[in-house]
Amino acid sequence: MANGQSGLELENVTKHFGGLHAVEDVNLRLNLGERRGILGPNGAGKTTLFHLITGVLPLTSGRIRLFGQDVSGWPTHKRVALGMARTFQITSLFPKLTVLENVLLAVQGLRKMKMMMLKPLFKYKDVYEKAEKLLSDVNFWHLRDQEVRNLSHGEQRQLEIVLALASEPKVLLLDEPSAGLATGESHEMANFLKSLDPEIAILIIEHDLDVIFGVVSHISVLHYGEVLAEGPSDDIRNDPKVQEIYLGKAD
Amino acid sequence: MLENLAEKRRVLIVLGVFVALGVITPFLDLFMQSLVTEILVFGILAMSLDLLLGFTGLASLGHAAYFGVASYTTAIIMTKEDWTWTFAAFQWADSLGLGLFYIFIFALIVATAFAAFFGFLAIRAVGVYFLMITLSLAMVIWGLAYRWSAVTEGDNGINVLGRPSLFGLSLESEMPFFYFTLAVFLICLGLMYMFVRSPFGKTLVGIREREERMQMLGYNIWLHKYLAFIIAGVFSGVAGVMWTLFNLFVSPPDIELITSAEALFMVALGGPATLIGPVIGSAIIRSLQQFISIYVERWPLILGAIYIITIMLGRLYGVEGILGLFSKFRKPAAPSETPEG
Ligand SMILES: Nc1ncnc2c1ncn2[C@@H]1O[C@H](COP(=O)(O)OP(=O)(O)OP(=O)(O)O)[C@@H](O)[C@H]1O
Ligand SMILES: [Mg+2]
Repeated sequence: MANGQSGLELENVTKHFGGLHAVEDVNLRLNLGERRGILGPNGAGKTTLFHLITGVLPLTSGRIRLFGQDVSGWPTHKRVALGMARTFQITSLFPKLTVLENVLLAVQGLRKMKMMMLKPLFKYKDVYEKAEKLLSDVNFWHLRDQEVRNLSHGEQRQLEIVLALASEPKVLLLDEPSAGLATGESHEMANFLKSLDPEIAILIIEHDLDVIFGVVSHISVLHYGEVLAEGPSDDIRNDPKVQEIYLGKAD
Repeated sequence: MLENLAEKRRVLIVLGVFVALGVITPFLDLFMQSLVTEILVFGILAMSLDLLLGFTGLASLGHAAYFGVASYTTAIIMTKEDWTWTFAAFQWADSLGLGLFYIFIFALIVATAFAAFFGFLAIRAVGVYFLMITLSLAMVIWGLAYRWSAVTEGDNGINVLGRPSLFGLSLESEMPFFYFTLAVFLICLGLMYMFVRSPFGKTLVGIREREERMQMLGYNIWLHKYLAFIIAGVFSGVAGVMWTLFNLFVSPPDIELITSAEALFMVALGGPATLIGPVIGSAIIRSLQQFISIYVERWPLILGAIYIITIMLGRLYGVEGILGLFSKFRKPAAPSETPEG
């Protein structure tokens, strides 16, 4: 899918928490439409890397480019506005709001009307239509009036991604989308990920090897914050170094 | 499809209650008329705090600051004859029957300025730090009222001699002023109701529920909280203007910590994020104060007891405030709103 145009570029990205080198000198490039995976044992620094890319945490050193622009010092909302979206390893939805209300907040996120203070939200038909489309696409429309906390874990994991898709991102970061899912559900998740618009560049953290190998073309392996290996999925799968430190441990 | 019927019914019930209030109040005695008016004034204050506490999840312990600034501004521009410019302007506006507009515009500009400045200092802080900063900023206002006696008369407070008329209509006696207060109250309620249902209002609830996700959806959290803080401050200012016009006297105790705390209790007791709940809270707390404090001096203790009861109710029934308790017994989950057409 890669058409060679850069979506996301990490240059010597580093994050230290005191003496802990959580992310060390990571270089990575994700082209538009490309799909890459990040593998690594617990505590390897994967989630921290996403926090750096999205601006939730400041860099210790290094540089981050989004669509060619240096966004290293930018606040999160500005990076998101350029066309980036992200999901969370630990489900991060609005539990007391309904499914529809969750998606409406996501759809509004990058629209100017989010600042309007007098006209009620339900008068903004285009926002509702977009929300309806997003929910219908994943067959969730019938759940729209359910409070999110009443959904199953699997449904919540999927809604997590629907919220990220609402802003029509060009770069999508997924932090262990199948976290906590049963095997059958992981398969569904993998199929769902494969069905996403091929134009969207995706960087995906996964523990579940079936999910990641089916979806991505390239993989970077993180170990103690450093990139230990990088390359096409099959090469990585067969790399003895990788098997030793990671695949072996993940049974 | 129209927006959902349950919501329409709620609005009609609320309007019905206030129409009934307008009809019944003239038949009450003077004491009760004045109590009802006072409940409405503090209802505005409590609703304005609900925008922060209930909808945005920001517990401000200094919300009386903007109430105080506006109530003092009102008293000062009406009485301070040696501030020739403001006083002459007020006299002139009053002679045209526009004195009230002059007061509202002037006092609300001052309240807005303070909310904008204090909000700027407070919004970055979270949790208990936010509580402490808002508290200490409000103490600054209280200190000004207390110490800057050249302007505020310090301990003695400011006596205001009479209310300006509205387009030549006198508001001096209880009933005309009650109707004026009811009108101001309903305008505030209407505006805040529109606000919380607007796209911006919904973002505040999102921030209350999950800030990190809102950030990741492209919202500038700081800006949204800051604007909410200012808007809540403006409505708090409206309540402050009404307080001076109602009481015709303002002094430091009116704007000290206990006023902010009472407003918090009103919101918690009545039901946060409901707007109407805090008004019920205002009715309960103001009535109790009127009836009980005649006999008891330990008003703060009683407030504390009420608060504990509220919390216990919440723990026992898993509901927030009286409105929450009420809707618990008659609640099939309401369908969300869908656009018309
Ligand atoms: N805010 C923080 N302050 C201090 N240390 C942190 C912080 N966040 C993460 N760490 C540490 O950084 C290291 C990397 O954590 P991170 O969450 O990025 O790992 P991960 O690869 O996502 O692991 P997992 O597979 O368990 O999700 C861990 O040792 C963690 O304890
Ligand atoms: Mg992680």
